[in-house]
Parts: sequence; C-alpha cells; structure tokens
Amino acid sequence: MAEPLLRVDDLVCRFGGVTATDHVSLDVHSGELHAIIGPNGAGKTTLISQLTGQLMPHSGTVSFAGQDITRLPAHRRSRLGLARSFQITSLLPDFTAADNVAMAAQAHDGHSFRFWGDARKERRLRDAAMSALSRVGLAHRADTVVSELSHGEQRELELAVALATRPQLLLLDEPMAGLGATESAQMVKLLQELRREVTIVLVEHDMNAVFALADRITVLVYGRVIACDAPAAIRQHDEVKRAYLGDQHVVTKHD
Amino acid sequence: MLLVVEQFLNGLQFGLLLFLLAAGLTLVFGIMDFVNLAHGSLYMMGAYFAATFVVWTDSFVLGCVLALGATLLLGILLEFVALRHLYNRDHLDHVLATFGLILFFNDAVRLIWGPAGLALPLPPWLTVPFQIMPGVYYPAYRLAIIVVALAVALLLYFVVMRTRIGMLIRAGASNREMIGALGINIKLLYTLVFGLGAALAGLAGLMQAPILTVQIGMGENILILAFVIIVIGGIGSIRGAFLAAIFVGMIDTLGRAFLPDLLRQVLSSTAASTAAPALSSMLIYLLMAIVLVVRPEGLFPAGRR
Amino acid sequence: MKVPLNARTIIVALVVAGLLLLPVYTTLSGNVFGLTLFTRIIIYALAAASLNLIMGYGGMMSFGHAAYLGIGGYAVGILAHEGIGSGFIQWPVALAASALFALVIGALSLRTRGVYFIMITLAFAQMAYYVASGLARYGGDDGLTIYKRSDFGGLIDLSNRVQFYYLCLGCLLGGIYLIWRIVNSRFGMVVQGLRSNERRMQAIGFPVNRYRLVCFVISGTICGLAGALLANNTDFVSPAAMYWTRSGDLMVMVILGGMGSLFGPVLGTIAFLLLEEALSQFTEYWALIMGPLLLLIVLFARGGIDGMLGRVRRG
Repeated sequence: MAEPLLRVDDLVCRFGGVTATDHVSLDVHSGELHAIIGPNGAGKTTLISQLTGQLMPHSGTVSFAGQDITRLPAHRRSRLGLARSFQITSLLPDFTAADNVAMAAQAHDGHSFRFWGDARKERRLRDAAMSALSRVGLAHRADTVVSELSHGEQRELELAVALATRPQLLLLDEPMAGLGATESAQMVKLLQELRREVTIVLVEHDMNAVFALADRITVLVYGRVIACDAPAAIRQHDEVKRAYLGDQHVVTKHD
Repeated sequence: MLLVVEQFLNGLQFGLLLFLLAAGLTLVFGIMDFVNLAHGSLYMMGAYFAATFVVWTDSFVLGCVLALGATLLLGILLEFVALRHLYNRDHLDHVLATFGLILFFNDAVRLIWGPAGLALPLPPWLTVPFQIMPGVYYPAYRLAIIVVALAVALLLYFVVMRTRIGMLIRAGASNREMIGALGINIKLLYTLVFGLGAALAGLAGLMQAPILTVQIGMGENILILAFVIIVIGGIGSIRGAFLAAIFVGMIDTLGRAFLPDLLRQVLSSTAASTAAPALSSMLIYLLMAIVLVVRPEGLFPAGRR
Repeated sequence: MKVPLNARTIIVALVVAGLLLLPVYTTLSGNVFGLTLFTRIIIYALAAASLNLIMGYGGMMSFGHAAYLGIGGYAVGILAHEGIGSGFIQWPVALAASALFALVIGALSLRTRGVYFIMITLAFAQMAYYVASGLARYGGDDGLTIYKRSDFGGLIDLSNRVQFYYLCLGCLLGGIYLIWRIVNSRFGMVVQGLRSNERRMQAIGFPVNRYRLVCFVISGTICGLAGALLANNTDFVSPAAMYWTRSGDLMVMVILGGMGSLFGPVLGTIAFLLLEEALSQFTEYWALIMGPLLLLIVLFARGGIDGMLGRVRRG
C-alpha cells in the first residue's frame, strides 16, 4: 500500500496527571474518509489539535505527505494543506461570510504584506470565496455578517473556510454539533460530495453520519486507540461494544 | 557596611509598602478582572486624610486610624456608585473610567487642600533612632513601617489562606464562575474586596506620608510600580505580589543608593548623578520585560493548580 | 468609491472643511490663539489616528503610545542642539528612531496578550521617560529648548504660523489616507482578522505575530512624525511628553471619537482638547468636570462620538 497521507506514530500528550493522548498511532490514506469516535472526554479534540499544531505533543511524531510536521506551528501546517474546522464555531464574527472565506483564500495566496490595494476588490480572492461558498450552499448569504448567520449556516461556513485553503486533508471536529435533523442530513450530503475530492478526518458524535460516511473508524477511549477498522467490523467489535457502544452512546436509529 | 545595612532595610521597607499597594490591586484584578488605575489615587487620599486627621485629633495614631477608615469608606463608595457597573466591560473601559477618576481626584485634592504639598510631622516618640545592633541605628519610624507592614501581610495571608472569606477570594482569583456557582452574594464579596484593597492602598499612603511630602500625583508613579509588581508576580497571586514587591523595592532603593558611585567610576560626576536615578528606575522595567518575555503569565500565576 | 450621505459623512466633511479654512478666519480676525490651539489639536489628532490603527483596527491596546511623541520630539531637539538644523535630516531620523523603538518593544510586548500587553507597553514607555530624564546633556528632567525650527530650505518656513498649520494638516490628512489604504489592503484585512479571532487566523495559515509587529511599527512611526511636529510647535521637548498620563490622554481621544473608525480619532481629539480648553477657561479645576465626564461616557456612551453619529443615522 502507498505511503499514508497522514501518519501518527506513538503520540502522547499529558495535562497534569491526565494522559489525554495515550500512545496513539493512526494512518490516514489518501482519498479515505476516516472517522474518529469515542465517548466524551476520550481525547478526540486534543488529538485533532495536535494534528493541526494548536497543541504540542509530549512525544511521538506526526507526519504529513511524508514530511515530519510534529514541531511545525499551526500556520505552517495550514500552508502544507492541512485544514481544520472547530468544534465550537470559530469564525471572524464581525466580518461577512464572503470576507471570512476570502481571508482563507488570501492566506494561501502568497504573503499578505501588501499595504495598498483594496483587498475586497481583488477578483481572485472574491472568486475563490464565492466558489467555496457555493459549494456549501451559502452563496446567497455572502454579504451577511457572521454574527447574523444561523448556527447551521455558521457550521457550513466553517467548512467553506476550510475548503478555501485548498487542503489535501480536512480535519472536521464535530461538524454536526448542534445541528437539527434536516441540517444534519444536509451536512451529510455535503460531506458525501466533498469526500470525492479531499481526504477527510471526521470527529463526530452522530453515529448515523459516521457509519454512513466512513471508510474506516478509529475508536478512542481514555486517550487510547481500542480499535481501528471498517464500519461493519467496528459494529461487531467486542471491546468497542463494551467500552463505548454499550454505554450511554448506544447506536440507534433516530429516524 | 553600615550603609549597606541601612539601605537594605530601606529597600525592605519600600518593598513592603509596595506590597500593601500591590496586594489590593492584584486582588481586585484577580477576582473582579478589573483594571483600577485609580488605586494610586486611593493611596494619595490615604496620605491626605492622615495629614488632616492627625492635625484635627492631635494624635498620630488616632489620625491614622481615622484616615484608614475614611479610605475604606471612600473605596466602598466608589465601588458602589460607579465601578461595579464596569466589571463586565472590557479592560479598555476600565482604563478609561479610572483614568477619569485620577483626573478627578487630583483636582479635587487641589481644590480642597491647595496645590502645595502637605507635611505630616511625626510624633517625638517615632523620631528617635533605634539601635538595631551594636553601633547601628535606624529611624524608629521606618522600623515601625516594617513591623506594621509585615503584620498586615501576615494578617492578609491568614485571612486569605485560613478563613472562609479567604477561601472565596482564592476561589474567585483562580476561577470566577465557581463562586457564582457556590451561591455566594458576589456583589457583597466584590464590594468587600474592593474596600479591602482601598484600605491597604490608604495604609501604604499614610505610612509613606511622613517620609515624603504629601502631594498631588504622588500615587501615579508608585501605581506604575505596583502594576509592574503584579505583572511580575502574576496577576491575582498574593504570594507573587509579595516576593515581587520586595524584589522591586530592593532594586529601586539599592540602585538609587549605590548606582551613582558606581557610575562615577566611568562618567563625570554630574552626568552620573543625572543618569543614576534614571538608570535605577529603568532597571525595574527591564526586569519586568525580562520576566514577561520568559514567562508571559508572571512568575506565580494564580490560575495554576 | 461611493460615499454614503449620512450624519457621519456630513460632520466629517464639515470638520475637514473647517480645518482647511481656519487660517483664513484667524488671519482676518487676528485670532492667533485659535490657530495655535488648532495646530496642537491637529498634531494630537495625528498621534491619536496612529494609535487607532493598532488599537481600533488591530485590537492591540497600547498604553505607551506617548513614547513615540517623545522620541520623535527628542530626535528633532537633540539634532538641533547638536547644530544639525535641516529638517531633511531631523525628520527621517525622528521616523527611523520611532520605528526602531516600536520594532524592539513590539517584538517583546507582542509575546503577551490582554492586560499584560497594556502593562508592558506602559512599562516600556515609562522606561523611555526615565531615559529622557537621564539625558543630562539635553536638559534631563527640565527638557530641551529648541531655538530654531526644522529647516526645509526654501521649501516651507515652519516659523510661519499659517505655513506650519498647513504642514500639520497635510500630515494629518496624509496619515489618515495612508491608514485608510492600509486598513482596506490585504495586510489590513489580516490585522483586523487578528483582532476578531486570532486562533482562526492561525488555523487558516497566517503567522500572526509578524503582521501584528509590522502594524505596531507603522503606527509608532506615524506617531513619531506627530512627535517631530509637536516639538516644532512648542519649540521645546521634555520627558513630560512621554509621561504615562499623556498615553492615557491619547487613548481617551481615540475612544472618545470611536475606535476603529477612520475619522473618529480626529473628532475625539477635537472634542477632548476643546473641552479641556473650554473648561480651563471656565474654571481652574477643569479636571474636576472632565474626570467624571469620562466616567459617564464609559458608562453610558459606548462607541464614542462616531458611534453616536452612527445611531443618529439609523434613527
């Protein structure tokens, strides 16, 4: 098999006495949609933050497209093609939707030490912003200030911002958090389309979505990987059933 | 050697005064997240109250006690009327509002007491030199400052570490939401803490008054020093404030005392006497810069568990 | 660009027109005082506008901005004292010295955030204040008198009040134009984005502190220009120009006018200094009124003058 796009090797991260990431190893292959699940407090967001560089691991390595990125700061990883969305919506609240996306396009269009021209009139940035917005179905809201968008629209905008950085790998931290049933269904449909173009790591609580989308699933409990396999196998996995699925998070059909 | 001991004690005395000022500031800061530039004004008011009450009552101790009470009341009044409405605003609003208060207090003092400074004479029993070791004398009043300030520091430590109020104060300094969850009357706690801070500032001001002239703007320079101290010590940390205050007091005093002689080795005499105080003042800011670069949260951040 | 017609634009247009025509009025009426007062106002407005660039647009609450006023002023004063009277040397030195100072303290201060940033900029400005007090050769605490204003050959005569006024006004309008271009440029978008959400800007690929630092240096340099103008205006420079209360004044001017609005600092400076002037005519204890007024403004009129004009427009 080819070199994985993202390789996590023996990653450890501690907070005081708690080991939030406990010797985690993980491969994500090009073109795959890899889901990470686990009960609350399993260390999913901590793991994602170490992948994107918001948090530094205590030991272990992260490599991306064959390059060791363990010690690279967040902005450098973003340049390499690693994009993330945040679990709690994290946009620029006093900018319009289009500005938010254009900013992401600008970040990947050379440096921004340009002091004179009007950035809002640059065709290239605006076009990139509009195309990312249309892909998530937000083109009609381009000139709306973020703080006036609905929660669902903000989640979609998060995705558009991540897309506008033209990533090779998209790390999505609970994109469905707080969405209603229709909005969730829409998001699943959107991800179905996106997965054809970009490799995705998906952290999500919505089991319907995870089992519908994922090629492989990694199960994280107390910072440790207890299983990593195809969805069908994960459903049958004894330890997973005991540690996680047998818990309060039973896999049920909502509809 | 004699000079070194004396200057060392002077440094300790100044450092303890700074601690009294910084303790109130860091508490208000740590618990209410409030930047109070007018803390220096309370220090000034303490000195002016003392200068007035000592003359009225014709008793140094009684005058000082009255002045302390007056500053406490003033602080509570200030908190009640204006400042409590600002706790939920951002720091910039705090800076602006309390900057306005500084302007107000300076001119109010000028109107009431006049532009010239006041002197606060010491009673005879505090002016005698005190023999601290064979052949070494130290002014009794400065020694008294050290004793009082140390006592207050110990008391503060006891209150903060051993009592229920102190428990709430510590809880508030490291986690503001928590005291709300405990069902405490937060408004009252805040007023109390602010009043305590004001009284400590007043105490520092009135104790400093007999050494320096009581004058307008006396609180401003020392306020900046207090800020430096709480930044070095870590915002919200009493222990950090104490250590940083002693440290800053020492550097400032010893720098002023010995730098001119040191500089005279390399500079002309006049140039040295102008440059030395500037250099010793700079030392403190340099120290703060270094601390912030190495540990941006200060040496003893309160939030750490 | 289409300029909307509303209360704000009308007021700004009136103020700019008034400033342009002021010398005509003062020459005709012989009101020299008015011209001097407004020269001072314009210089402080430039300083406030530069502070607004980092504070209003960049979200960096610098409490040491008066340091650049002093550095720009001392550059002019010291060179004049040493017999170098040419403005072509003095002014570039003033700008370069301010830029360098901003670069050094910015690189250190920007490692911190929030209140720590407020304090560390304050401390650095105080350091500059003490350095100036220690310059025995240049007057120390007492300051330095400048016997001859900067000499620009036959180009412009700074001793001529009207010419100097227009020079200052030109600098102010030029500075605001520059800030306007910067704010709307790619660079300006990044800086404003950082004010809004730093973590997000990092995640989409911006090395945040580099942009902040450059913005900090630009702002300091513009303020250094204001310092050079101020020294020429008063024929004097002293450590008092960088005292921390002066930095406080600048902050008040920016906030009074409305942070993050282009002409807000100009309106704020006019309001602050005119109020100070009017109150001190009326009573010696002007701060007795000014102080509580500031408190009231914070309590009840957030957004400053510009914010109020905005509300008028919306009805």
